[in-house]
Amino acid sequence: MNNSEVTVIDYGVGNLLSVQRGLEYCGAKVVLTNDSEKILSAKRVVLPGVGAFANAMQALESLELVAVIHELALRKTPLLGICLGMQLLLEESDEFGVTAGLGLIPGRVVAIPDYTLSGDKQKIPHIGWSALQMSESVTSWKKTLLEDNRPGEAVYFVHSFMANPTDPAHRVADVLYGGNKVAAIISRENITGCQFHPEKSGQVGLKILRKFCVE
Amino acid sequence: MGNIRLIARLDIKGPNLIKGIHLEGLRVIGSPNEHALRYYLEGIDELIYMDCVASLYGRNHLGSIVSKAAKDIFVPMTVGGGIRSVEDVADILRAGADKVAVNTAAVGEPKLISSIARRFGSQCMVLSIEAKQVATECWEVYTNNGRERTGLDVIEWAKKGVANGAGEILLTSVDREGTRKGFDVSLVKAVSDEVSVPVIASGGMGEPEDLLAVISEGSADAVAMADILHYKRASIPDIRRIAANAGLGVRHYE
Repeated sequence: MNNSEVTVIDYGVGNLLSVQRGLEYCGAKVVLTNDSEKILSAKRVVLPGVGAFANAMQALESLELVAVIHELALRKTPLLGICLGMQLLLEESDEFGVTAGLGLIPGRVVAIPDYTLSGDKQKIPHIGWSALQMSESVTSWKKTLLEDNRPGEAVYFVHSFMANPTDPAHRVADVLYGGNKVAAIISRENITGCQFHPEKSGQVGLKILRKFCVE
Repeated sequence: MGNIRLIARLDIKGPNLIKGIHLEGLRVIGSPNEHALRYYLEGIDELIYMDCVASLYGRNHLGSIVSKAAKDIFVPMTVGGGIRSVEDVADILRAGADKVAVNTAAVGEPKLISSIARRFGSQCMVLSIEAKQVATECWEVYTNNGRERTGLDVIEWAKKGVANGAGEILLTSVDREGTRKGFDVSLVKAVSDEVSVPVIASGGMGEPEDLLAVISEGSADAVAMADILHYKRASIPDIRRIAANAGLGVRHYE
């Protein structure tokens, strides 16, 4: 157990309960809020989200949270984006026309190929458990949220779009879907994005959340 | 494709886990959450909770069961049975579900599918289809837990559901359900080939080997299992190993 506090940005996009329960299981005290002051003074922040990219950006803008999140990046507050919350960290997304994102990690969000590497049609969304592998640019998961995890451990995905960071050095872990590489964890300084749902990935995912809680 | 998913399906009446044959003649098995926790610890990939009398009485009673389960089970949970409105979905998600499975109400009001998908995302909206074979390569959609016919063709309805925003299809063969005779492979193939979203095959798993045919010949993306697990005819690690040995991609779990 630990006494860490985690602030989860509540901007009306998706189901925050599972994230909250997962973090609490890891011993965190969870604050759900969309209040700028509370978010800025937080020790660590989770940006959750499911659904459409453009709606989520619109929600963040109307709550005037875009500048707040940029400020978190400058203050080096640990920030974890989960699923759509991860995709929002990038510069722009192709989902339903091009939409600008938060731009905290260079790169764009693109559709998952609907063909496998060997040319067979494949199902979209990608739903299910895939094994984490180390991205080519990294030699170790030390000092990342995956420090307590091992390559081969599987986590739960549900998504139709994927993040493509411009700089391969920002990729920490990938998975294969139909042979195509999909970014699972991306990271830049204090900012981490997690395409899968650690709160729905059993003990493997809880290890990642626990790591974030003591970061 | 990605790894196949092994899903435990828990049919529930009142406080009890039950099991029937052709979705009828329900027998009590025990506590749903004791079973759910055992499956979680054995490495189940997902859970489906189905309130099987709900659509008859018009409401889902699984909120309290699911909210208890969500305290120590950290895999995706789908809840179905008697979901009639966007508000019902909000309630069940608040209890801890990740997705809802909708059948009867969607047949009555197909727009419900798009309303749910728009509000909560397609990933949350599982279209549950209960299918009975009516002719060679032809199946009819049933509602109210296999009791009422609708006149709808299963494949056409599946396509319409996906066009409306369903992110997944839970396809139950009423003919095979509870019989242990194996999945209806041609039904699953007929639907899976026609839709772009994942299909969960449900109904008929008698032995672990039954899943091989429905995945490789039926193109299912996931299998829902009930009495094979409830009666401990096979364990989840055994099923996973048999699938892996046959060359199917499964989640690594230790």
